[in-house]
Amino acid sequence: MQSSEAETIIRVENVSKNFGDFQALKSVSLDVSLGERVVICGPSGSGKSTLIRCINGLEEHESGDIVVDGVTLSQSATSLRDIKARVGMVFQQFNLFPHLTVLENLTLGPIRARKMSKPDADALAMKYLERVRIPEQAAKYPPQLSGGQQQRVAIARSLCMEPKIMLFDEPTSALDPEMINEVLEVMAELATSGMTMICVTHETGFARRVADKMVFMDYGEIVEMAEPEKFFTSPDSQRCRDFLDKILHH
Amino acid sequence: MNKLIISAALVLLLAGCSGNWGWYVVNPTTEGGMINLKFLISGLYYTILLSVTAISISIVVGLIIALPALSKNRYMRGINRFYVEIVRAVPILVLILWVYYGMPQLAGIAINVFWAGVIALALSDSAFEAEIFRAGIQSVNKGQYEAAHTISLNYPDTMRFVILPQAIRRVLPALGNQLVYMLKMSSLVSVIGMQELTRKANELVVTEYRPLEVYTILVLEYLVLILVVSAGVRWLENRMKTDERG
Repeated sequence: MQSSEAETIIRVENVSKNFGDFQALKSVSLDVSLGERVVICGPSGSGKSTLIRCINGLEEHESGDIVVDGVTLSQSATSLRDIKARVGMVFQQFNLFPHLTVLENLTLGPIRARKMSKPDADALAMKYLERVRIPEQAAKYPPQLSGGQQQRVAIARSLCMEPKIMLFDEPTSALDPEMINEVLEVMAELATSGMTMICVTHETGFARRVADKMVFMDYGEIVEMAEPEKFFTSPDSQRCRDFLDKILHH
Repeated sequence: MNKLIISAALVLLLAGCSGNWGWYVVNPTTEGGMINLKFLISGLYYTILLSVTAISISIVVGLIIALPALSKNRYMRGINRFYVEIVRAVPILVLILWVYYGMPQLAGIAINVFWAGVIALALSDSAFEAEIFRAGIQSVNKGQYEAAHTISLNYPDTMRFVILPQAIRRVLPALGNQLVYMLKMSSLVSVIGMQELTRKANELVVTEYRPLEVYTILVLEYLVLILVVSAGVRWLENRMKTDERG
């Protein structure tokens, strides 16, 4: 649990975003402290993915401010570069590079963007592959791995850029049920190590165990924001209660 | 290999089917026939050199022309469309004549037959290459760009290490097609006097007056050449496939 005076590392202020006529985000504000673990949930189309995609510049927000570790996000090249260097992201569909080996997937960023030497990058990659517990797969190609292994490679690939913040966009939604836990384990370990994380996920067990702050979004707005204990037992809003009923009792 | 044997069998079959054939013009056991045969085959050098040079240039130009088509800026996309539509609309033979006879007047420089042929073929083919690359690049999942974004790759690195290797693998069959097409279209450069396969055959027909036999040999020359190229492209495809799947 973070104390309120902890350093704010992400500040999202009145951010709005439209896709044509569809308002994906309606003046959303969210502060995240250094080391804080935030879990965002909500029905599909509620804007949760859009919100985290705005934070690392994958989507361009139309109004409001996003400040990450002192850098204000704009479409200028330097701002984007500085934000990208600070924020890692893991996708629902893994998005590994299928034509590169696992090791090459991991070292591409360090070598090309961080200008590391190949031996240094290899060593770094092996360190993180060990952390996600699949060093023996280094020479394989992503399509040869199981979904859970691929997602762990994707996490390791992000970590190789040594980001200050990790974003997870429904990291277990594309996985077979028996593979979800191995990914959540790795994420929980990462949380223990003090990484600042924002996870979009409906894995309530993981959320209860790891989250410092739960956020519920619906129709492009943050409807509920609370500590997990309060969030799961007595949320203020009816919409959040309805949603939790749906995902908890089945 | 089987195909080569079948081709050879075809020659023997044709040889026996009528008394009107005069295979002596290309009979390798006679001195004259051997000279004629060597003369015909000597065209291979320029056919291959011309096609390979032209396709190398057209692949590079095609790629450069394809990139603005992927831009968000509509003027950039306009440049691509303009080039593709114009170049694609000119017949290759017309382009060869225009480059060879027109360019010296236009630019005031004499251009030799070889480079006129290369320029015309490369220019014509580049529009098609551009469309092939555009299709290949657009077929790569958006998530690949996003992953490249999150590991801080810049645009040139994203294209070079992430997008193009995948796109090229997918368009390899189409690129192989273009190479075959180019080998065949290089025969048109014979009209401006390029000493390639077709030109050699034409010249021999004029001196020997045996068009049926000479052109049959010409057909077989292209057939063998293109079967070899096809096999090469297929080999490359298989090799790249195993790269990806192990």
